[in-house]
Amino acid sequence: MTKEQAILQAIALTLAQALVLLAVSPAIVGLIRKVKARFQCRQGARVFQPYADLAKLFRKQPVVSTTTSWIFTATPYILFASTLTAGLLVPAFASQMPLNFAGNIIALVYLFALGTFFLILAGLDAGSPFGGMGSSREAIVASLTEPAMIMSIFAIALTAGSTNLSTIVHKTALLEGIVTDPSPHLMALAALFIVALAETGRVPVDNPATHLELTMIHEAMLLEYSGRYLALIEWASAMKLLVFLSLIANVFAPWGIATTLTPMALSIGLAVYLAKVAGLAVLIGTIECMFAKLRLFRVTDLLGVAFILALLGLLFFYILRG
Amino acid sequence: MLNLLWVLLASYAVGMLLPLCPWQPKTQGLAASVCAIVATCSGIALGLFGLTAPEPFTTSIASTIPLLTFAIRLDALASFFVLTISLVGLAASIYAIGYVRHFHGRVSVAALGSFFNGFLLSMILVVLADNGFFFLIVWELMSLTSYFLVVTEHEKADVRYAGFFYLIMTHVGTAFIILTFLLFFQQSGSFSFEAFRHPEHPLPEGLRTFAFLAALVGFGTKAGIVPLHVWLPYAHPAAPSHISALMSGVMIKMAIYGLLRVLFDFLGGEFPWWWGFTVLVIGAVSAWLGVMYALMEHDLKSLLAYHSVENIGIILLGIGAGMIFQSYGLQELAALGLVAGLYHTINHAMFKALLFLGAGSLLYATHTRNMEEYGGLLRRMPWTGLFFLIGAVSIAALPPTNGFVSEWLIFQSLFLSFQVPSLIVKLMLPLAAAMLALTAVLALACFAKAFGISFLALPRSSHARHAEEVPWSMRLGMGFLAAICVFLGLAPMVVVPLLDRVTASMTGTSIAEKMLALDGWALAPVNVEFSSLSSPVLAFVLVGAAALGLVLVALFGGFRAKRYSKTWGCGLTLSPRMEYTATGFVQPIKRVFSTIYQPTVKLETELLEESRYFAKRRRFEFHIEPLFEKYLYKPVVAAVYRLADRLRIVQAGSLHLYLAYMFVTLVVLLLFAL
Repeated sequence: MTKEQAILQAIALTLAQALVLLAVSPAIVGLIRKVKARFQCRQGARVFQPYADLAKLFRKQPVVSTTTSWIFTATPYILFASTLTAGLLVPAFASQMPLNFAGNIIALVYLFALGTFFLILAGLDAGSPFGGMGSSREAIVASLTEPAMIMSIFAIALTAGSTNLSTIVHKTALLEGIVTDPSPHLMALAALFIVALAETGRVPVDNPATHLELTMIHEAMLLEYSGRYLALIEWASAMKLLVFLSLIANVFAPWGIATTLTPMALSIGLAVYLAKVAGLAVLIGTIECMFAKLRLFRVTDLLGVAFILALLGLLFFYILRG
Repeated sequence: MLNLLWVLLASYAVGMLLPLCPWQPKTQGLAASVCAIVATCSGIALGLFGLTAPEPFTTSIASTIPLLTFAIRLDALASFFVLTISLVGLAASIYAIGYVRHFHGRVSVAALGSFFNGFLLSMILVVLADNGFFFLIVWELMSLTSYFLVVTEHEKADVRYAGFFYLIMTHVGTAFIILTFLLFFQQSGSFSFEAFRHPEHPLPEGLRTFAFLAALVGFGTKAGIVPLHVWLPYAHPAAPSHISALMSGVMIKMAIYGLLRVLFDFLGGEFPWWWGFTVLVIGAVSAWLGVMYALMEHDLKSLLAYHSVENIGIILLGIGAGMIFQSYGLQELAALGLVAGLYHTINHAMFKALLFLGAGSLLYATHTRNMEEYGGLLRRMPWTGLFFLIGAVSIAALPPTNGFVSEWLIFQSLFLSFQVPSLIVKLMLPLAAAMLALTAVLALACFAKAFGISFLALPRSSHARHAEEVPWSMRLGMGFLAAICVFLGLAPMVVVPLLDRVTASMTGTSIAEKMLALDGWALAPVNVEFSSLSSPVLAFVLVGAAALGLVLVALFGGFRAKRYSKTWGCGLTLSPRMEYTATGFVQPIKRVFSTIYQPTVKLETELLEESRYFAKRRRFEFHIEPLFEKYLYKPVVAAVYRLADRLRIVQAGSLHLYLAYMFVTLVVLLLFAL
């Protein structure tokens, strides 16, 4: 294969991944809502309802507060861009992402932080006390999740000898350098799962379905948004959720992912990937029905547990390796 | 190169004298700035030449004072710092043209301009000095000129207090540096740095450790490491803002220079692992506590000053990791840690100076430093707002900015600790990485607060409502630094080879080729398999993804005209009093970390006599306990006072008694001499 072909292939694979993220993410949100509705003995909206919601929001005229600055209108685009870029670093259906070289797990965490930073600013921009409240709470939740996230991935990274996500997934998928004892992995998995719930604003940290301003975190920051801006933010949030699910699915259970770029492997990879993230979505829906949202200052305990678990995973790794 | 050096020295010297001419304040200020601009431009050229020159450049002038020669040596390490000082100095000099205007008629612009040039000159000489005696003289000159700059507005009592506190702390630090140099002098018999490097009798192990600890305390005081940082949040905000930019951006880095000079040059880079470990722990604690206290500050300049403590901590994390690797003989990783530390050094110099200049612009426009009185300034001051945002994003280490690139490198050097044979190091370094992660994200929260409360939403006071954009010279100064921040973030392939020349001279290993993979597009911590980062590609993908967002909007709904409406305030008209305040914003963080803050909240309510459900007046007081001042400094100060009280017996006020003391002293000395 010539260099030009290789570059074209890389671009094609990147675009395909972007397309999968954009196309699948609203369905994941719809699936979680469906699961919750069934647990609550409701029929619920169909799984594909979020697509219709997005389409409607895109067509609506946006209302913008006179108090706001350009930060408010730029934030949806920045959030969308940072989430999509982060999504391109995490392998979904193929294990070797072309953009692997551009950033590792730290870059992933910080790309999410870029979106969070601007969302916090946007929450403050309209001058409404609700937005400020959401921003302030988001700041504390983000502060406590990120160290746990970095530590949990690092425990896995040590096994694979790399912090680049594609390399981790690819090596694990080919069963290279996997440890016989799974305990560090399990601890890191538990930590990362808690982090994922907190980062994507799910129960028990935040409630995406709440209509009570006083309990909101993520939704409170979006209160002033409407029209295409809200559509972009909703889509970005859905993608963030999907990226976290891909991360958990592929780092801890990369089986079935396409390790080569043959059409057969890619289609199997895609099917397995969809099954995995759908399974995780059902799990999240179940958790949301079984647990109540925690009080804000109890969230710190939960995130502290995540951090300690990740740290223990690291300790176990060194002890088992001797 | 000698010519450049002469131009630099001459223009600083002229810059120290020219403003003192009896002209209009405006002309005096302009004269000081023009001289400084010429000098800093030649400084930038000198730094770049020095970084690319194959051999260090040396020159010296003998003096009549024994042990003192005015020896100058421009090696890679010195060149790096000359470049950093000159870049920040250039921005500050341009900025000063407009900024000193609001001092006209209040304070002496002549003295300000003269000391400004003297301060820059003394910092340049600190890094160029190749003689211990000469170094101490210019170090002291640096401390004194900066003291006089701190007390520029000496009519205010708190400024005088800040200056005095600074003066005492900096001299305590200098005393320890003198101690270090005396130890080297004792072994080599000369104050020349060349003799320090190759002493006749190598220092015994105990004395080496002592020299290290003295240097750590001495330079650490200047750098503002915890717990020696207490002067910094007083002194840096008290100075005029372009001076704060120099102090926070560059002066504290002189301590990093001194520490590296002592450790890797005089001591030859040979030390046990616990030295590096000590530096690492100090770095982690400084970084974390620095940002914690910054969060609680609502005076914008104090907030920035605490962030200097944080960033010095981050730099020390890189250097400490490098030292640990060095002591285990892992030369490449040692070079990596040092490259990371130095990268963060120049990055912090740029964005911190930028932020201080931004804070100065806000002060210039609103006449207050209290964040709670800002608000809505992005609309009134769009350029200042944009530049401040670039600085904020950089210091919060968000990709693809320069702060992110250097923090990423520091993370990698901490993660690579699994190659060290010692279990405790293996475990502690990732823990330091977790501390760094916590620090970085708290810094994000802090700058979301600083930018959000200051620049967004409704103006919170009439000052903010009537603020106007600052003059062009101030915008130019900030814009210059913002451009450098962007450049340093997007072009690591240019920066890393230059830094590599510095670290190669310290560790003897060049790693630039290993760090730049894929024709320089990706940055790797020596081992490209372990991790890689490409900030230009990330920036490109980010822009592409944002463009995709625009395309999607165009596809699915088109760009319908926006409708403008007021923010919904639950039926009330939104007023600034309803907005979240800076205090309110950090309340959850204050509560979560209350063990560290030990906050005292006092709420007094005076109720109406008619009904106890309505309050007539409420008084809310809140402050956090300054732990170090209370538990560490107060006892020491009290002890000094007690000792002084005891010693007063000697000072009876009688001339005869004093004569008797002299006589007794002479006799005792004579006895010793015999």
